[in-house]
Amino acid sequence: MNLLGKLSWSAIPIHEPIDMIASGLMIFAVIAILIWITARGHWPYLWNEWLTSVDHKRIGVMYCVLALVMLLRGFTDALMMRSQQAFAAGGSHGYLPPEHYDQVFSAHGTIMIFFMAMPFVIGLMNFAVPLQLGIRDVAFPTLNSVSLWLTASGVLLTNMSLVVGEFARTGWLAYPPLSELRFSPGVGVDYYLWALQISGAGSLMTGINFTTTILKMRAPGMGYMRMPVFCWTSLAANLLIVAAFPVLTATFAMLLLDRYLGFHFFTAEGQGNQMMYVNLIWVWGHPEVYILVLPAFGIFSEVIATFSGKPLFGYRSMVAATMAICILSFIVWLHHFFTMGAGANVNGFFGVMTMIIAVPTGVKIYNWLFTMYGGRVRFTAPILWSLGFMVTFVIGGMTGVLLAVPPADFQLHNSLFLIAHFHNVIIGGVFFGAVAGYMYWFPKAFGFTLDERWGKAAFWCWFIGFYLAFMPLYALGLMGMTRRMERYDVPQWQPWLIVAAIGAVVILAGIICLIVQLVVSIRTREERRDLTGDPWNGRTLEWSTPSPPPPWNFPTLPRVTAKDAFWVMKNARQGVQPRAYEPIEMPANTATGFITAFFAVVTGFALIWHIWWMAGVGLIGAFVTILVFAWREENELEVAAAEVARVDRSYRAGPA
Amino acid sequence: MHGETAMLPDTEAGPASRRIIVGYGFWIFLLSDIVMFSAIFATYAVLSRATAGGPGGPELFNQVSVAIETGSLLLSSYACGLMSLAIGAERQAPTYLAAAFTFALGALFLGLELREFAGMIARGATPQRSAFLSAFFTLVGCHGAHVTAGLLWLIIMMAQVATKGFSPIVCRRLLCFSLFWHALDIIWVGIFTVVYLIGIRG
Amino acid sequence: MSVIENQHAPGEQIPILEREAGRFSGFLTYTTGLVLAVILTATSFWAANTTLLWAPGVPLGLAVLAIAQMGIHLVFFLHITTGPDNTNNVLALAFGLLIVTLVVAGSLWIMANLNDNMLMPDLMNLQTQP
Repeated sequence: MNLLGKLSWSAIPIHEPIDMIASGLMIFAVIAILIWITARGHWPYLWNEWLTSVDHKRIGVMYCVLALVMLLRGFTDALMMRSQQAFAAGGSHGYLPPEHYDQVFSAHGTIMIFFMAMPFVIGLMNFAVPLQLGIRDVAFPTLNSVSLWLTASGVLLTNMSLVVGEFARTGWLAYPPLSELRFSPGVGVDYYLWALQISGAGSLMTGINFTTTILKMRAPGMGYMRMPVFCWTSLAANLLIVAAFPVLTATFAMLLLDRYLGFHFFTAEGQGNQMMYVNLIWVWGHPEVYILVLPAFGIFSEVIATFSGKPLFGYRSMVAATMAICILSFIVWLHHFFTMGAGANVNGFFGVMTMIIAVPTGVKIYNWLFTMYGGRVRFTAPILWSLGFMVTFVIGGMTGVLLAVPPADFQLHNSLFLIAHFHNVIIGGVFFGAVAGYMYWFPKAFGFTLDERWGKAAFWCWFIGFYLAFMPLYALGLMGMTRRMERYDVPQWQPWLIVAAIGAVVILAGIICLIVQLVVSIRTREERRDLTGDPWNGRTLEWSTPSPPPPWNFPTLPRVTAKDAFWVMKNARQGVQPRAYEPIEMPANTATGFITAFFAVVTGFALIWHIWWMAGVGLIGAFVTILVFAWREENELEVAAAEVARVDRSYRAGPA
Repeated sequence: MHGETAMLPDTEAGPASRRIIVGYGFWIFLLSDIVMFSAIFATYAVLSRATAGGPGGPELFNQVSVAIETGSLLLSSYACGLMSLAIGAERQAPTYLAAAFTFALGALFLGLELREFAGMIARGATPQRSAFLSAFFTLVGCHGAHVTAGLLWLIIMMAQVATKGFSPIVCRRLLCFSLFWHALDIIWVGIFTVVYLIGIRG
Repeated sequence: MSVIENQHAPGEQIPILEREAGRFSGFLTYTTGLVLAVILTATSFWAANTTLLWAPGVPLGLAVLAIAQMGIHLVFFLHITTGPDNTNNVLALAFGLLIVTLVVAGSLWIMANLNDNMLMPDLMNLQTQP
């Protein structure tokens, strides 16, 4: 019985120079950061204030940090693909062998969707939703911490695959039979499956947490139709998480059973049905993209209304459109596999439903346009990202409606046209929205605004770079180029791919601008201190708190009488002096989330490498951690009324 | 009424009480769990004829055993309901007694199910035999795994009652347990109907 | 410290304050639910085995009985009612049921359609044997 299962020294890819360099850089960066933290004595602060925090604001920031770091890894994969395809025309083989290229595109998709877009969007919801609802924290703060750290566990496992073993070569959705043991006997698919099962559990917990928070915990007076639109879109997104992620869990569980215990759900032998995997994975997969884009839509509603100085146009129709998209997103999934062989009636039904879902989205676009019309638009960086979104997303949406026509899709399925379409909507919609939200709420989180010029420079690089990188792909798709090609022998394609590679470099400049913006902003933060808590003349309740807010957010929960609650308060010149300050009970910090995640990584790693005793240790460890939490005596800490008063009075005294 | 002044609609009354929040959150979790079961159910339905030349439902399923399992789980749910009443009245002895019945009947269900699985495996009807059997073992086994987790949870909850009494947090957790236990019986209704009763007919 | 709650947690029978008066009624609720569930379960087993019913209609009958049993559990054991204090709980349940229906019915429709269009031997023969 081998104590280390399948693990041996040969798992380290010493024969692959690119892998070794990437692993080396990553390990070096991690160790450098750990040494810096130790040398500066920051561990107690980091542990007490961040790693064990159950504060939604801190958790939100950590999610966003995770997302931005993984953006770098996912984008590196993108640069590798673009450069490979720019070179590998005719007889040239480029520099990436197929086995490696396949891991690169699989990792790119997996990281960008699960470990960049999801954490970014969830992080922004974490930060802003409780503040906008006028409450102190989410329904289940400790569970929130567990969610964050389980997501981080998935990230860690995925990154470990770079150093020890390999990643999946099966694309970001791992279709069988390729992902079955017979055709993928290595550990790559197992890394993929366990990383996503673990982080998926974290996402489901987030869905439960936020659905409960939005439906059961709002400030007094805040009925549903007085909630900010970002809270409505967050509700819709979290309902989708609750509805869709269990299907992902079940489907991956079945594939894992096939791989580990020889079951026959999706194998060629035993009368397994591979098409059922494709069906189920897209039952999850389509709602997933709406989980990503709905919060982005909400961010645009907030940003556009704020910087136009006008209330959002058509609040009711926005809410109706949001909930319509929520429900409709569950009846379109077959459009991801029109070509798998369904008959005309099935294809037709789902094609029509897909086109219908464009309608509420169009309603939203019109509402944003009408919000700006007649307003005094301030062209700040967040507004630029919003305008860029509107143009880009509409184009992407139109190509989506084109793809929704089954006969057209038969030509374009799995071509670069499809790749261009979904990057169009995900970058133009989700990413631009997340960055707009990041720049919009940064001052609230950290007490100073980001540098405007670098923010705008980042936007223009991303905007121009995106079009350079992806418009050629539409043309290539129409010319017949398939996705995921490591090399090709049609020389006419190469010029387009070179343009696309240049676009990727321009986007790289955009990423560098974002990094520089952050560094410069931190260095010169005293010049852009937010002393009023309301740097943008905002409309919603988060702007009624100091920047950054105290852990308890509000000294007393605000009484809401209308939507755009803070705007109403400002104009009524309501001096919201609470009559008396009361002690506030806040949930206690706990290491439960962090330690549970540690054991999750141990368990995941052990299962990947078939180290059964270690998997047992990991599971028992996680179980014991939960038991310890269940017997915890101190669930809450009381903040004295005097402390609440002191913070509130110093905020109200205004800038010194 | 108890002397409250303005009767705001509950959508505007501010954050709900902790018990409502916890109960509702757990309810949402249960619905997500039911969606997970539905994906496995759908797979079972699609694969229900994929016997790969091996044994199918009619050859394998024993109705007497299923009937006893069904009865046990139903009575276990009933006992859990009585336990909820005892908890509401904050009476320890009836709580432990009802919990013991809940546990014993649940364990009986599990025992019979494991015996059924063992019998099938001994006859060569393993989950590795065919897609149908993979789906059967996974669907019924997933439910059984939930029952097992529930029994473990029940023991832990009784330990909490013994050490912490009927504190609000313990009562909230017991509310969640009873939601879980009743939901498992609901899922079993679906399983014994679709898998066994319809499956037995071939 | 009494708070008027216009809403109930799912699974909650009656507000705690009124619980003392309602203990017997609670026992009656659970017992009624048990009796009804036993009757429906027994009927299901009978329907599956009898030759008295038209065979092709039995699966539908069993499905109806199953849904009825689930309803008994929801009402008598989980205390899900249609009262205004339960609105959120019912809406959440309805949402869950909608998703379950879409997943199961949608998958079956799609997979059967794929199966029909394939030239290989049937992977999914859902017709019961004659």
